[in-house]
Amino acid sequence: MTDAQRVTAESARVDWFGMLARFAPLIFLIALMIIFAVLEPRFMSSINLFNVMRQVSITGLLAIGMTFVILTAGIDLSVGSLLAFAGLVAAAVAKGGMQDRFTIGEGAIGWGWELAALAAIAVGVCGGLLQGLAITKLKVPPFVVTLGGMSVFRGAALLFAAGGPISGFQPDFTWWGQGKIGPVPVPVIIFLVAALLAHIALRYMRYGRQVYAVGGNPEAARLSGLNVNWVICSVYVIMGFFAGLGAFVLSARLNSAEAVAGTGYELTVIASVVIGGTSLFGGAGTIFGTVIGSILIGVLLNGLVLMNVSSYIQQIIIGVIIVLAVAFDTFAKSRRRKA
Amino acid sequence: MTDPQPLLKMTGIAKSFPGVKALDGVDLEVAPAEIHALLGENGAGKSTLLKILAGAQSPDRGTIQFDGQTVTLGSPQDSQKLGIVTIYQEFTLAPDMTIAENVFIGREPGPRFFINWPKMEAETLKLIRRIGLERSPMTLVRDLSVAEQQMVEIARALSMQSRVIIMDEPTSALSSAEVEKLFRIVRQLKSEGISIIFVTHRLEEVIEICDRLTVLRDGRNVGAGKVSETTIDGIIRLMVGREVNALYAHREAGEVGPVALAVEGLTRLRTAHDPHATELKDVSLHVRRGEILGIAGLVGAGRTEMARAIFGADPFDSGRVLIDGEPVEIHSPRDAIRRGIGLVPEDRKQQALFLAQAIRTNLSIAALDRIGRFGLFVDERKERDMVEEYRQLLNIRMASGDQAVGNLSGGNQQKVVLARWLALRPKVLIVDEPTRGIDIGAKVEVHNLLFEMAKTGIAVIAISSELPEVLAVADRIVTMREGRVTGETMRADATQEKLMTMMTLSAASRAA
Repeated sequence: MTDAQRVTAESARVDWFGMLARFAPLIFLIALMIIFAVLEPRFMSSINLFNVMRQVSITGLLAIGMTFVILTAGIDLSVGSLLAFAGLVAAAVAKGGMQDRFTIGEGAIGWGWELAALAAIAVGVCGGLLQGLAITKLKVPPFVVTLGGMSVFRGAALLFAAGGPISGFQPDFTWWGQGKIGPVPVPVIIFLVAALLAHIALRYMRYGRQVYAVGGNPEAARLSGLNVNWVICSVYVIMGFFAGLGAFVLSARLNSAEAVAGTGYELTVIASVVIGGTSLFGGAGTIFGTVIGSILIGVLLNGLVLMNVSSYIQQIIIGVIIVLAVAFDTFAKSRRRKA
Repeated sequence: MTDPQPLLKMTGIAKSFPGVKALDGVDLEVAPAEIHALLGENGAGKSTLLKILAGAQSPDRGTIQFDGQTVTLGSPQDSQKLGIVTIYQEFTLAPDMTIAENVFIGREPGPRFFINWPKMEAETLKLIRRIGLERSPMTLVRDLSVAEQQMVEIARALSMQSRVIIMDEPTSALSSAEVEKLFRIVRQLKSEGISIIFVTHRLEEVIEICDRLTVLRDGRNVGAGKVSETTIDGIIRLMVGREVNALYAHREAGEVGPVALAVEGLTRLRTAHDPHATELKDVSLHVRRGEILGIAGLVGAGRTEMARAIFGADPFDSGRVLIDGEPVEIHSPRDAIRRGIGLVPEDRKQQALFLAQAIRTNLSIAALDRIGRFGLFVDERKERDMVEEYRQLLNIRMASGDQAVGNLSGGNQQKVVLARWLALRPKVLIVDEPTRGIDIGAKVEVHNLLFEMAKTGIAVIAISSELPEVLAVADRIVTMREGRVTGETMRADATQEKLMTMMTLSAASRAA
């Protein structure tokens, strides 16, 4: 067969398996929702569904940032700790210092939600930048740098909080976590808008091309004139930005910030990204997949709670699902390679 | 004289993949103690046939007889048990383990879970001395040259009591002295009664060492017979199914302009950090606009290292690079690209392509400036137009720009890499082994592209290990040896023999 013939033969053939692999997370999500809807009538109520989405929105924000990181074949284990630290800083700003940390009402006017949000994002971005620099300048693998970061930021949060939470904010602050626009919770809107912007950045911007290129083949990216270190550093900054934003929304939702916030988030967040089809080897994945992956985990946890499954068993299920998602991805890839 | 009973006989082998018929009724007969060449362009079906022999894939149809018995090769273990061992082009050695461990990996001598180290060492020593590898069995594979690593692979094959050893492009990474040594080993194995299946693109080697040959084209047999009864031209005709004179066309030497790129005294020395690096010693050369400068040299001569140093991919210790007569500072490929230099690296898959990604994004990655919108965005319509422009210009055979580049043939992949650089409209384009691993038809197309580029005023530096290729494409040829420039000649005055002399002998010994 000549090349030309082979090309036509290939394009004529519909790759059903490839289609299935691509939409597997969405199909799985729909199937899961049908199962829960049948088993538990409360599941499909609009109150419950918005509740699920509101829970998803925090880890979903982090998962958007994590998608950038994993697309470059990196990983960030420090997200939960960085979120806790940023949340405390935001809370302190919102309260105008630490002296009124528990006061609710008149005593705690503080410095406004705008500065609080800015502070949370600044802490996140700085944390991400530090880690990005350690990865690119000191040439320490991302796994190790962010494992260290996980401990450093958690320690910083505990130190900053000095043992207790900071709680009781102004209503214009808590609106960002508890408010609604129409029937839709504000965090859900933030999450979806952020997802849309991230999608545009990855799909339509030059920056996105560079992220995929660096993740797909760093040497080829360098020889194509890309500033590989800059790109790698930038994805940790983006991750930090989302950790800060997530911290702000979480503090607003809980009307409180504490040093143990976000513990174990790295698992949920990485799981969301991986279940959404982003390859841990870099270079392949989409924000759409990550959004689906995040919702899938949220729906799963919510459904299990409604069915009174213990939280310990939920952890086991999440762990198994991560491994299965990667196994499926590897299987799909090897099939494609053989074809 | 009648042929002896064949050791291996494959009959009517067929294998299809979704959309592609890789093998369509192929026969292969290998006699005992025979060196058998398996030839064909890329995509002819050689690799699939080898995988079937190695037990890595099962044929859809056909029979395999070994030693007169019909056999099923369902797994690599089945093949190994019969004594069929494959040495792949990319070695399968563990670099941080010793020669002995690599030779006996998975089959270590010793009781149950334990390894009898003295025995393993002694047996390895016997094996590697038999093929002339003068190293201790306890040497780490990392510390061996490529040729020595290949000998470890051969020793491993021998340790498995092989009766057929399949060598896939065994000479592609070797210098000519090393090739001679390999051939001595191969002849020795033959004299010990072992059959060799020899896969190569270098047809001179077939004539030199092989007894019989089988030629595949598009998954079918197109020829088989004694090597002594054929010629290189005859083999090429079988492989490509077209006349040879299309191969390696020369071009009319065009008008050349002023010097576009000059390199003066480029030097790069080994460091303790990288003791195996190839050095560059006082390399000076230049290339003019519209000229193709060929660089010839054996493996390890410093050709690739020079290209990478000019391009900013590797640092150098001293010397300078001038563009249009102006000295320029180049510290990274980014700097080089900004100055109008492009590099098509020698290893397409490792260094140039994003295999899982679309042809479109592969082509445009270096030229996003040209298809930008508001500086930050990619204008996909412009990008598709660009892909279409270069698809026509370079005759890239593809279904659509959204196809993954990894699904293209080697030749078309290389055209995508060339298009990436053409899209940048470079002043100087360095191509390192531009036709490595691509079939003969695509080679001619790539050569013609180089001619077209030179015609538009690009200064081209073409590095190649194949002398006929250097002689075909270059207007002027510089030879290198051990990191130094050893000579320069116009194409009109050059012959393969003359170039080989310049590449292998130092200036002093040539003068003497």
